[in-house]
Amino acid sequence: MRKSFVARNPSVLIFLALLGVFTLAVTVLGEGLGVGLISTSFVKTLGKTLCLCLVAIAMDLVWGYTGILSLGHFAFFGLGGYMIGMWLMYARTELIVAESLAQAEIPPTPDEIRDAIGTQIFGVVGGSDFPAVWTFAHSLPIQLALVVLVPGLLALVFGWLAFRSRVTGVYLSILTQAMTLALALYLFQNDSGLRGNNGLSGLQNLPGAADVPQSMVSIWFFWASAAALAIGYVVAAFVVSGKFGSVIRGIRDDEARVRFLGYSVEGYKLFVFTLTAVIAGIAGALYYPQAGIINPAEIAPIASIYLAVWVAIGGRGRLYGAVIGAAFVSLLSTWFTGGQVPDLPLGIYTVKWVDWWLVLLGFSFVLVTLFAPKGIGGLFDLLTGRHGPDRHGAALGPDQGSLREKEAEQ
Amino acid sequence: MRILLAALSFLVLFTLPAAAQDSPIQKLLQQHRDLIEQSSRRTIAPAIDALRDSGLPAAQVVLEKWQGKELWQRKADGLFFFAERIDAQTYRLVDIATGNETATAAKDEIEQLKPNSGIRGMIGAALVQFQLTDPDPARRADALNAISRDAEPAHLAALRASIGAETDPDLRARKERLERLLTISYDEDPAARIAAIQSFAGDLGVDARAALNPLVATTRAVVSGNPPAAENLARVLEPGSEALPKDEAYALLVAADLAPPRINRDDIRAALAANIQNGRVGSVPVAQLDTDAARERAYAELAEAGIVPATATEAQVAEALASHTFYERYAETDPEITAAAAAALDDIALKVGLNQAADLTLDALSLASIYFLAAIGLAVTFGVMGVINMAHGEFIMMGAYTGYVVQQLVPDYTLSILIALPLAFAITFGAGVAMERLVIRWLYNRPLETLLATFGISIALQQLAKNIFGTQARPLTSPDWLDGALVINDVVSISYIRIAIFVLALIFLGLFLFIMRKTRLGLEVRAVTQNPRMAASMGINPERINMLAFGLGSGIAGVAGVAIGLYAKVTSELGQDYIVQSFMTVVVGGVGNIWGTLLGATLIGFLQKGIEWLNPSNTLAAQTYMILFIILFIQFRPRGIIALRGRAAGD
Repeated sequence: MRKSFVARNPSVLIFLALLGVFTLAVTVLGEGLGVGLISTSFVKTLGKTLCLCLVAIAMDLVWGYTGILSLGHFAFFGLGGYMIGMWLMYARTELIVAESLAQAEIPPTPDEIRDAIGTQIFGVVGGSDFPAVWTFAHSLPIQLALVVLVPGLLALVFGWLAFRSRVTGVYLSILTQAMTLALALYLFQNDSGLRGNNGLSGLQNLPGAADVPQSMVSIWFFWASAAALAIGYVVAAFVVSGKFGSVIRGIRDDEARVRFLGYSVEGYKLFVFTLTAVIAGIAGALYYPQAGIINPAEIAPIASIYLAVWVAIGGRGRLYGAVIGAAFVSLLSTWFTGGQVPDLPLGIYTVKWVDWWLVLLGFSFVLVTLFAPKGIGGLFDLLTGRHGPDRHGAALGPDQGSLREKEAEQ
Repeated sequence: MRILLAALSFLVLFTLPAAAQDSPIQKLLQQHRDLIEQSSRRTIAPAIDALRDSGLPAAQVVLEKWQGKELWQRKADGLFFFAERIDAQTYRLVDIATGNETATAAKDEIEQLKPNSGIRGMIGAALVQFQLTDPDPARRADALNAISRDAEPAHLAALRASIGAETDPDLRARKERLERLLTISYDEDPAARIAAIQSFAGDLGVDARAALNPLVATTRAVVSGNPPAAENLARVLEPGSEALPKDEAYALLVAADLAPPRINRDDIRAALAANIQNGRVGSVPVAQLDTDAARERAYAELAEAGIVPATATEAQVAEALASHTFYERYAETDPEITAAAAAALDDIALKVGLNQAADLTLDALSLASIYFLAAIGLAVTFGVMGVINMAHGEFIMMGAYTGYVVQQLVPDYTLSILIALPLAFAITFGAGVAMERLVIRWLYNRPLETLLATFGISIALQQLAKNIFGTQARPLTSPDWLDGALVINDVVSISYIRIAIFVLALIFLGLFLFIMRKTRLGLEVRAVTQNPRMAASMGINPERINMLAFGLGSGIAGVAGVAIGLYAKVTSELGQDYIVQSFMTVVVGGVGNIWGTLLGATLIGFLQKGIEWLNPSNTLAAQTYMILFIILFIQFRPRGIIALRGRAAGD
């Protein structure tokens, strides 16, 4: 008899329970509703970390399960952020402009209001007209839909083009990286319509909630991020648990064989690629209001590679691994680069961690890749006593890229 | 004794000056003495002109000394002398005509002429005529420079007069060219001007365009009815066309007082705000003034009441525009000359366009060779061995920093470059071998993880460089013989560094082909990449070959780094800027084929320059579109321009 979804995936329940406890703890300890042990800025950091965990899950789906090393998922993340950022910025500027124009003796015409908003927003790039991409910026529902649609459509078109022509492996990685670079370079231009390298700013202020303190807003966003992460985790677990999951793992291990078995490999890949792009877009839409600012540097190829680093360190091919990796590395990174780590005096030279953190990260990443391909998540195998099958050193799958047994044991 | 001295000085003072007084130059100066003493820019011209045109041999010296504030006047009799200081109170007086010492004088007996800067400029212009015939060629060249910088009508005659006596062929050519240019601008005879204009058809010089462009400069004008026949008409403009939008056309009418002004929205708003009475403007409540229609209605009421000037209505504007003729007219009145100038400029534009295309081709070629140089190391590690090395860019950076460090130790630039090139190769070769031994050889079966592990190394190396050398850009100075540019004409030029990079790229292409095709190492590398087990059975040690090949690719990256560092600033992000483009180059060209890499680099270089030419203000857009093009290109040729076939293609 077929066991229920939860019974087959006990980790989902454990994860949801832990996430619930964590959310409750932060709420109680935070400034907005609780005793104020955790500062508002740290609540924001935790909320942002949850969003990064969500995009890491997306990365794990597409890389750990389907074997597509996409170096472009942070582009989708950033696009989601830009979409919600446009509404936040427009709506808030509209309120400010309406207030200031109401002081004038003559009531403003609709055109004047729009021009004033345009001057406010685009003054920094020397313009005042609204570019076409801002057509729907006044409408929250449409921009929310665009959070999903824009990354989704971009992924759909890009994925269709790439998978159709059978671009695989490292070529696909380089191609996705090129896409990210192209998008970032495009957004860096002043006439891209999204304020060039100034990006969108002031996103932490919710329009119409000016009298709600930031400590409260941060808790709202924290809850929203936690809920999104929970839903994202369950969706991802559902996707990888059934037959569909078996097929995409099959594609990861030997694409040609799955194709010969009659599955539409391109369709599966395209679905996973687009789904994860949508998840990344949603994560970005929750992340950037907490960060307060988004600019094209966030989309630079390096960000997407860090995403892969998190998933690899956390342990790919398992969802909780992605979450652990993203949370662990990004929080550690915040800690190190925030200058809170004491310097390490070595007699002739003092190691300043702000400078040396990236060196440490880079080399530890190499070590993880070499000696612990399962990442931090692999520690759980020790707990549960799970071992790989003994195949006398043969490859675990038929593909060159699949793990050999001796590697799997490392 | 004292009596004797007094007698002597008396003699000196009154006998010799008699001679000085008689010299023609002194007479000339005395004629204009009032003007010279007055020393005003507005009135001095006749004095300077008289000196210039006097034809006296001493005139040049006098003008020069005057300009240099070395001309003095004796208060007693108003005669002019050159004076040299003997001590604080005593000056030696020198005769202006002969240059002989004539007398000494106490400082309070004489007065220095202090021409202001305006007068000195006028003297300078007058001196040009003398300098043009100066025996020293350098001074003649200076004079020509001065004329071409700041020409005056008077120069034309002087220049023409000096051509016949010119012996230096270069200077003569310059003089003739300048004479034609001045003829265009200043000659009285239209036929001569037209001939001079026509002689410049197809000329690439900036000076030719500078002389011709003012002739075809136009101003807009408007009349009611037909344009006057006396005007040199360029073209009639249609209001509302692209050349003359309606708003600008109406503004012309208003400026010419041919139509009442149209009050713009801001002024209407201000006028309304100034005339609010009891919450109303006219009969319109203020609260209703949130549309343009309501505002115009309210303003019309105000205008009727005579409070504000009436604004022209749409209908009035349309009627005014229809009843007037708008046209552009030339500042130059002779239509034949403007026609000739326009024709010559068209000719020049065509020639300039062709040369710009050639210049663009050179630019593209040099960009292509930079990409090729950056990518050729990858062609070994990625193309031949199939190893993705994301730290390749950091090897380029290491090479550039090697060059920088060597330059700190060896001050001679030529020598330091000669040391840096092999040293950079050695260092990055070592780094590559170390990386292959320590990391990559464990990951040959897992390409995606190679990508990630080498990326980890890349960020670590980048941060290390930042920690060691700081974040600011370090200069890598090229030796003197690489400075400057090969200038073919005013449009086409290419800097020597770019030529050197191009040559270096060719050398590396040859080196690569030689190693891969003619040496034992190349044979073994090809064998190991195609089938490691079979190669091992033939007695080749695959581990050693992989190590050497990877080291070779990395070493080439180091040398490329020195070359790239010469023309770009050396920063820790130097490699990062090239890594994506380098991979693109290899992928577009076709993996595993050096000719493919060459074609890929050429394609990308030309494409980028081409797009930049279409949209010159925006290099970011050029890169964006180039990457988009490459993504699309890979759709149609997934394996690149030159795809490997058969067994070499692997899977």
